[in-house]
Amino acid sequence: MEELPSFTVSQREQFLVENDVFGIYNYFDASDIFTQKYLCVVKEFRREMNLIDMDVVVPRIEIQRDKQLDYLMKGLRQLGPQFSSLDANRPWLCYWILHSIALLGESVDDELENNAIDFLGRCQGSDGGYGGGPGQLPHLATTYAAVNALVTLGGHKALSSINREKMSCFLRGMKDASGGFRMHDMGEMDVRACYTAISIASILNILDDELTQGLGDYILSCQTYEGGIGGEPGSEAHGGYTYCGLAAMILINEVNRLNLDSLMNWAVHRQGVEMGFQGRTNKLVDGCYTFWQAAPCVLLQRLYSTNDHEVHGSSHISQGTDEDHEEHHAHDEDDLEDNDDDDSDEGNDEDSANGDGIHHTSNYINRRVQPIFDSLGLQRYVLLCSKIPDGGFRDKPRKPRDFYHTCYCLSGLSVAQHAWLKDEDTPPLTRDILGSYSNLLEPVHLLHNIVMDQYNEAIEFFFRAA
Amino acid sequence: MDFDETVPLSQRSEWADVVPLTQDDGPNPVVPIAYKEEFRETMDYFRAIYFSDERSPRSLRLTEETLRLNSGNYTVWHFRRLVLEALNHDLFEELEFIERIAEDNSKNYQLWHHRRWVAEKLGPDVVGRELEFTRRVLSLDAKHYHAWSHRQWTLRALGGWEDELDYCHELLEADVFNNSAWNQRYYVITRSPLLGGLEAMRESEVSYTIKAILANPANESSWRYLKALYKDDKESWISDPSVSSVCLNVLSRTDCFHGFALSTLLDLLCDGLKPTNEHKDSVRALANEEPDTSLANLVCTILGRVDPIRANYWAWRKSKITVATM
Repeated sequence: MEELPSFTVSQREQFLVENDVFGIYNYFDASDIFTQKYLCVVKEFRREMNLIDMDVVVPRIEIQRDKQLDYLMKGLRQLGPQFSSLDANRPWLCYWILHSIALLGESVDDELENNAIDFLGRCQGSDGGYGGGPGQLPHLATTYAAVNALVTLGGHKALSSINREKMSCFLRGMKDASGGFRMHDMGEMDVRACYTAISIASILNILDDELTQGLGDYILSCQTYEGGIGGEPGSEAHGGYTYCGLAAMILINEVNRLNLDSLMNWAVHRQGVEMGFQGRTNKLVDGCYTFWQAAPCVLLQRLYSTNDHEVHGSSHISQGTDEDHEEHHAHDEDDLEDNDDDDSDEGNDEDSANGDGIHHTSNYINRRVQPIFDSLGLQRYVLLCSKIPDGGFRDKPRKPRDFYHTCYCLSGLSVAQHAWLKDEDTPPLTRDILGSYSNLLEPVHLLHNIVMDQYNEAIEFFFRAA
Repeated sequence: MDFDETVPLSQRSEWADVVPLTQDDGPNPVVPIAYKEEFRETMDYFRAIYFSDERSPRSLRLTEETLRLNSGNYTVWHFRRLVLEALNHDLFEELEFIERIAEDNSKNYQLWHHRRWVAEKLGPDVVGRELEFTRRVLSLDAKHYHAWSHRQWTLRALGGWEDELDYCHELLEADVFNNSAWNQRYYVITRSPLLGGLEAMRESEVSYTIKAILANPANESSWRYLKALYKDDKESWISDPSVSSVCLNVLSRTDCFHGFALSTLLDLLCDGLKPTNEHKDSVRALANEEPDTSLANLVCTILGRVDPIRANYWAWRKSKITVATM
């Protein structure tokens, strides 16, 4: 008798995840109330029999903003003892939470805002940079998080609390002879450190030749044979480092030194059958890569668009037709509660895009592209598989929620919703947003992952200060 | 394990002369953590010795206690290094300390950076030990990112390349989808001082990779590796018959995914491969009633259908096909 093929660890793990994810999708797509009820009963039965199974709660396509804000606000105010493992990452907790709140179009009250500014001020070292908590050694990652958190809060108090001169010294101190950056005094050197340093310098308007010297060479050496970018030269191509490497290269204006074709090819192949993104080839889907992988896809698509303009005077990016767009997600339309007439929305969007009430249809369409990745599919993964009904987001089904995943799932969702647009000034169409238009999140600056309005305010502040 | 460790620091005579330093959180901190008493106290004593810069044996012991409570505290790891240097402490013991911490949680940047710092100081003597340590970690998680980074660092800084290609093979035998092992393979063939470099290794590696592809045509890792073997040498890439034939082989099969074979063929065409009738027939066999067009164009169209997640990407690739490839 022929032996059944044995599965490898990779195949087994992938199979289990697909099982969970498609279970959710099938359940959600069940078109009649009887099937839904039946499936509900089956799941309850299986749970009672200790057959480990999925949540019985029906997943919803709405973001459920009130629950999200509840989770976020609670975290900002108090964290339990289990967070001791993040005691050296508190500026990150600030950023993850504050940025998530901003993405939802909300803000914190004055009191909380002042408390946050005060707290982050205590994390700032006397020699520049921010540590993971008061009295801790300044570290590039926590500095990046603190700066981003303060920019997200916005306002004079928050922005002026950052000591730019000392920051300059700190960044210079982290610079390595090889061109890269170390995370902290005598700390590890990798592409993350490079990105955080450059992102900080760029926002604070303290970017100079000394900081960028040799950096392009270092990041270039981290692009692998696969096309993606690894943490150090030789390391495996990885979503997080790919975002960091690409963003840094764009910020220092050396992005064309990378092999963009192979980078683009690698990045689009990270979207799997679950419709979410994986971090590395043949690894599992994870909600946080929604941002780390989708952002490079959008960045690259815009880069190609710009390059084409410069070379050919017109864009080679396939505009697609909105017909293709409708066809593509037709199967979702039954599930959408939004019953707006798309044509009237399109008209409204065009009006708001131009502000003068005159329809400039062709001009509007020229500001749109077909995203290089499956954006609606990605949104689906985030909203049905990563979103926790009680608030927060997670890596994948069966994993617990946390603030890191909440931040990057929401950030990625925003990127996906705005992926049809060539620039940040154009608003998305209803059909770009999975779920009703009420699911729309604020757009982010792709190179820093800060809400655009907040970024603009900061640039105004720091570049005036020059 | 010292009995004293279960006694609060404030009650240990050894620490009677030290005034613990509380965290300067301010009156209304955000993201405040409800530390357990033991955690809070240990951190208070750490802050005291850190700010007084006391580099003593008791400081060393205290950093160990602190790291057991939160191995992610990079300030403590940093200070521990300063103390180790000041005391000229046995670094072999330090390797053991790191292994003990790793047992609880090996997914921690600080631990691995510390390991690298220690191993660098100990030098080539510990090459075997570092390879063994990473091998152990990888046996539990064959794709552990930090472990692979450390292993690569060990090879380039301390040596030990002799068995690395065999190790890669061992891992790929167990799981041919292990992309980290393929990545390591590439690292070895391009950087090992014992091998001849990419070009010298190409023939044997191509043979190895094609075997893997034919066994699992849906394995992205192997296809990407194959292409990488011809890095910077387009001519060899498009003229090597084995590359072309593996594509045709896979395309002729009805029981497997054709996407990678098609995209590889597309890349070959875009790089200048002149398609033979065999290529054309093979592709046309997969086409539905697509109009007569260039082969590259047709491949893109088929890819849009066969790999629908990337439909927009294949449409974009189609738009980029230059006149030369038509």
